[in-house]
Amino acid sequence: MGKYILKRLAMTIVTIWAIITITFVLMHSVPGNPFANENKNIPEVVYQNLMKKYGLDKPLSEQYGIYLKNIARGNFGESMKSNVETVNEMIARGFPVSASLGAQALLIALIFGPALGAIAALHQNKVPDYISMIISIIGVSVPSFVMGSFLIQFVARNVGWIPIGGWGEWRHTILPSIALALMPLAEMSRLMRSSMLEVMGQDYIKTAKSKGLSNTIVILKHAVRNAILPIVSMLGTTVSNLLVGSFVIEKIFGIPGLGMFFTNSIYNRDYTLIMGVTVFYAVILIIMLLIVDIAYMLIDPKIRLTEEGH
Amino acid sequence: MRRKSILFLSMALVVAMLFTACSTTTSKEGKKILRSNNSSEPGTLDPALAQGTHESWVLENVFEGLMTFDEKGELVKGMAEDYKISDDGLTYTFTIRDGAKWSNGDPVTAEDFEFTWKRALDPEMAANYATILYYIKGGEAYNTGKGSRDDVQVKALDERTLEVTLEFPTAYFLELTAFYTYFPVNKKVVESNPDWAKKPDTHISNGPFKLVKWDHNAKLVLEKNDLYYNAKKIKLDGIDLDIIEDQNTAWQKYDGGEYDLLTDLPTSVVNQLQTEGNKELSIGAQVGTYYYNINPDVKPLNNAKVRKSLSMALDRETIVKDITQGGQMAAEGVVPYGLMDEKGKEFREGAGNLIEYNPEKAKGLLEEGLKEEGMTIQDFNNANIVLLYNTSESHKKIAQAAQEMWRTNLGVEIGLENVEFQVKLDREQSGDYDISRAGWIGDFMDPMTMIELWWSDSAFNDAKYNNPKYDKLLLEAKTTMDQKVRMGNFREAEKMLMEDMPVIPVYFYTQPYVQKSNVEGIVKVPIRYPVITYADIK
Repeated sequence: MGKYILKRLAMTIVTIWAIITITFVLMHSVPGNPFANENKNIPEVVYQNLMKKYGLDKPLSEQYGIYLKNIARGNFGESMKSNVETVNEMIARGFPVSASLGAQALLIALIFGPALGAIAALHQNKVPDYISMIISIIGVSVPSFVMGSFLIQFVARNVGWIPIGGWGEWRHTILPSIALALMPLAEMSRLMRSSMLEVMGQDYIKTAKSKGLSNTIVILKHAVRNAILPIVSMLGTTVSNLLVGSFVIEKIFGIPGLGMFFTNSIYNRDYTLIMGVTVFYAVILIIMLLIVDIAYMLIDPKIRLTEEGH
Repeated sequence: MRRKSILFLSMALVVAMLFTACSTTTSKEGKKILRSNNSSEPGTLDPALAQGTHESWVLENVFEGLMTFDEKGELVKGMAEDYKISDDGLTYTFTIRDGAKWSNGDPVTAEDFEFTWKRALDPEMAANYATILYYIKGGEAYNTGKGSRDDVQVKALDERTLEVTLEFPTAYFLELTAFYTYFPVNKKVVESNPDWAKKPDTHISNGPFKLVKWDHNAKLVLEKNDLYYNAKKIKLDGIDLDIIEDQNTAWQKYDGGEYDLLTDLPTSVVNQLQTEGNKELSIGAQVGTYYYNINPDVKPLNNAKVRKSLSMALDRETIVKDITQGGQMAAEGVVPYGLMDEKGKEFREGAGNLIEYNPEKAKGLLEEGLKEEGMTIQDFNNANIVLLYNTSESHKKIAQAAQEMWRTNLGVEIGLENVEFQVKLDREQSGDYDISRAGWIGDFMDPMTMIELWWSDSAFNDAKYNNPKYDKLLLEAKTTMDQKVRMGNFREAEKMLMEDMPVIPVYFYTQPYVQKSNVEGIVKVPIRYPVITYADIK
């Protein structure tokens, strides 16, 4: 196990280096520059001064070297659009906001998603199955901006204590959490339903039942534990997506999270911020995948990571 | 047992929610706070580095220049108690107001102004808006690295006397001193703490309000500055600005009663409010023109008659009425409404409508123009002329309408291409386009703010217009204080421009905003966002 984790860590560093390099090259090959403004182009001299200020006047290879050096020290650099915060500060401020919202959404999805799927599977082709199906279809197919606007229009506008948008108190997180949770909730419920159906048809369930175990024990102890494995494996990406925030949800609800930076930084060609959030996201994703793999190993005794040639 | 605990839990939750609901409604009682939205996070609150309305709306409330706009929207003395202009119009001597103070209690001095302007011109600052200080003699040279700081002709003669010498006798210089790049900063504070503008507690300003809270991407809180010399004129105790980028959400918050005033409205909302005659809506004036650049290097667009025929075939009334629907006005030239001429009347009215909609005549002009180029309509269509615009729903609708008008009125096929904003800028600068969408918002209230765009050397002249006669008219207007000569030249220049048609103006921007019926004292200065400084809530 220790050897496995060490190996994974080494791989991680290589992966992150590759991500940095690819993003760096792609970012600089797209036309545009960070200093263009909505309807004012800036004079050449000022532009040159700005390029110098942010070190963009140096050859790309040199910029790349400087960037790698800084990032090794954990310094993402100065944002090219904000004179107020560095990229580190922006991430340090945005991430807790997005992460807390994501955690709430994850909680909602984890409580209701698998439960809904399991209930649907146990009542296949009956009313609960159809209800779960409808919820899942809405969750998967209604884009989050529609769901967000819908919640604002019909819930926030009618329920006095739920604010329409903005940030500051716990009340502000209710609607965005629901909007964020819907998609993973629906995915989990569909996944749970199909894997549950498969498990329920297995011989060991029949055996358990024939041993005279009560239905509840069979479902909770034997069926759910096996059926939940696919959900655990999807958690890695789901959790990291939820933690770093969603551009659409954050924009609609006016939430000062990390999600907005992903799109805005590219639109603004804020090079340092693009790199910062990309690398940060990559690190989160890799860590989550590692945790999931370890969790998988603990839940499923069939997988033994140390014996590689199983 | 289990059921009971669930019941208890849900009750506790309800009670907790009731408490939170109560606390928010009572906390602000007794204080007059104007609540609104600032459409995006300011990149800075240092006036020298600011570059857009998302910054200036805040800055205009927390800082004040030598001149300022009063509650009627008129330009009046601000930090300046008095000023003298030399006979040649080149030297301005300002006397700083006695008793003018910074929010930390320091007196505002002439030295602060000298320091501020030189600081903004410092090439090391790389301030985007430094060009607006080029009117000061030696300013351009210093900013471009050709001159020294000491040669910038702004000097504090004593604590309260500031002398400025200009490059040209600039008729609108007084108004420029009310522009945010000219706002003073506190020399002592800035020199001792370069990061002063980053945090509310070190953000020292001299205006009617001061910054007390800044939650990035979420909220800005301004509080009345009691040290402001004119504090008795300020009726609000504070201003709360959310930072919400989504126009629809901001509108819902206004409509749901969470804001008292809102600008940057969704187009559909403006249209709806206008149709129902809603009294909360005002269509504020704005100095800005939406236009199409034409690349003169592309055949047959090199021919003025062809360009004019394209302009003449556009039914602008239909575009503003049925497509943009935000209260915009059909363009009548490049200079929009809201700018005054030598008689104090609308410049636009004096200059007249220089743009004609006439499909018949347009068709004739096109044929003539094409003949001169030795081309036919068929050749025009084979040239695959494309209209380039940056991806946005409204630009797309306007482009589609223009495409259709050109097709039906002229029989020409013009393609559409949308690209990301940055890509569009890049292609315009490298001349890689046929026709491209553009817009310009003026910085000061003089026709010069629009006319100078097509000066042959202008950095903003994407249509690469180059007409020595035009340049001569502009130069003359730049070097005289005689408003009659200046305005006469502008009228002539604009006419010339509309004859040559290097750009096709489409409409004049407006700035719709809404305010609740209990909000009073909002004025709209054409070059500014609605001025909320003197607002009152009844």
